[in-house]
Amino acid sequence: MSAIQTVVKEKQKLSLDKDVQEESIISAKGLNLWYGNDQALKNINLEIPEKQVTAIIGPSGCGKSTFLKTVNRMVELVPIVKINGNIDYHGVNIFDSKVNLVELRSSVGMVFQKPNPFPKSIFDNIAFGPRVHGIKKKAELTKIVEKSLRASGLWDEVKDRLGESALGLSGGQQQRLCIARCLAVEPEVILMDEPTSALDPKSTLKVEELIQELKEKYSIIIVTHNMQQAARISDKTAFFLNGEVVEFDNTDKIFSNPTDKRTEDYITGRFG
Amino acid sequence: MSLQHAEKEVNQEVEDLKIVNKETLTQKSFKSNTLDFLIEKMFFVFGSIAIFVLLLILFFLIREGSGAIREVGIMEFLTGTRWYPSSPQGAGYGALPFILGSLMVTTGALVIAIPWGIFTAIFIAEIAPRRVREILKPAVEVLAIFPSVVLGFIALVILSPIVANVFGLSNGLTALTASVILSVMALPTIISISEDSIKSVPKDYREAAYALGATRWETIKTITVPAAKSGIVAGVMLGFGRAVGETMTVLMAAGNAINMPITEFLGVTLPNFLTSVRTLTANIAIEGSDVPWGSLHYSSLFVIALILFVITFIVNLIADLLISRQRRKLTNE
Repeated sequence: MSAIQTVVKEKQKLSLDKDVQEESIISAKGLNLWYGNDQALKNINLEIPEKQVTAIIGPSGCGKSTFLKTVNRMVELVPIVKINGNIDYHGVNIFDSKVNLVELRSSVGMVFQKPNPFPKSIFDNIAFGPRVHGIKKKAELTKIVEKSLRASGLWDEVKDRLGESALGLSGGQQQRLCIARCLAVEPEVILMDEPTSALDPKSTLKVEELIQELKEKYSIIIVTHNMQQAARISDKTAFFLNGEVVEFDNTDKIFSNPTDKRTEDYITGRFG
Repeated sequence: MSLQHAEKEVNQEVEDLKIVNKETLTQKSFKSNTLDFLIEKMFFVFGSIAIFVLLLILFFLIREGSGAIREVGIMEFLTGTRWYPSSPQGAGYGALPFILGSLMVTTGALVIAIPWGIFTAIFIAEIAPRRVREILKPAVEVLAIFPSVVLGFIALVILSPIVANVFGLSNGLTALTASVILSVMALPTIISISEDSIKSVPKDYREAAYALGATRWETIKTITVPAAKSGIVAGVMLGFGRAVGETMTVLMAAGNAINMPITEFLGVTLPNFLTSVRTLTANIAIEGSDVPWGSLHYSSLFVIALILFVITFIVNLIADLLISRQRRKLTNE
């Protein structure tokens, strides 16, 4: 082996190491979760990198959506949930009794599987979050609404009908509206629970492009059933199976050269 | 040769099959078409009968009341304050005291029942733990099947002395007493329909609101209740219908004196809830049994029924308009 080759190898190794050590914004440590007596998450350890897209893939019922809903503590709406372990966000465990849920959920936003705009006008949909957080002035709200709609690429399509019901938009527009609504509260992290599974291919493409743009400013965790989607848009991928993280690595690595046999079986379509 | 033969046979079979299929196809379609036709007609007939009966009642009211309207004039009924239909000299046919009585008692009942009912509905649908809900919901429904005479009796012997004591009146049978007891009667309708419509608000809306950092109260106030508004309005309107049409309870609770239930306060005319009133329904019940058949008095009672009908009709019309406007706003159609 020539000297140059050795140097290149070393460099690659170093950059790999650097990748592993990059800033993480959310880190789950030994996270366990039960619905009643059924354990849905088993000892989850994940470091979610800042300003990147992290995809979570896995078959139905593997706990990927549960994990996502745990990050903003929405999972606690299910009355029988029990959780132990930590999720650290800015070094604070989100399960700490001192954590303010309103604050947590305004910095960790969420986009749902089915577009769920409120039965209100487009304007009021976007303004809902800011209003909840105490912004009352119309001028300020107008500014936020425009900014959020521009960021989600919806502004040109709806600017002339902000007063109309959001339910009159198409499915794809509704989902981008939901993303805009989420951006309006200025989150740091955006959780997306299969955001394109109810959309047609064209709208899916638009949302995927939007996700690519958003990662400049936001850290995104996306749960998806669609492995091509994960490969297309994510930087890191976690493969969940039966409530455990089987493998978590750079997306390229997961899809080209997975370490675990089960990951390989899943991504090559042998099950799931 | 044999191959050709076989082919022919197969073709024949295919033809047969086609014919069979055609036959069963037409048979089936004939059968289901006839059934469809009959069922459709059946619905049409039932629907028509309902409308026909309604029109018949209206026709009957107008026919029987037209005599009095022609003789006395509708304005006398609507604006007159004197009701002496059987007095030989100086007969008066003013139904305004009854109209005011009905409106006051009903409005009073709704003022109490709307906030009470809606908050109870929200509590049952959104806040109460399952145990409490399982007790509360049937309890509310039992309230609905209480005979009105029982509630009237409660008003008579329990509520009216309390009202008399609190306000220092000699007689506790007042518009206020009737309002309170009527509110209890309107309550189950309002609660049960509002609760159903709050429950049917998709859980997606709530999740979205929570995920944006809204608290439970903010979610109820700004998302759930507005989304359920049309159902709540419908519940309130049905509650109104229940209250305005109720006879026995008000008959026992309101005192039934024929007077203008108003008072002057600082030069302004205000409704007086602390006086005895007679409602439209109560007047028909009191006088209807011993009125001479076919007399002017008899006819004027039908005019009162007609007024009652028009009031309910208008309120229901407004409710319908409100509900459909709300629906249009929601779906953007």
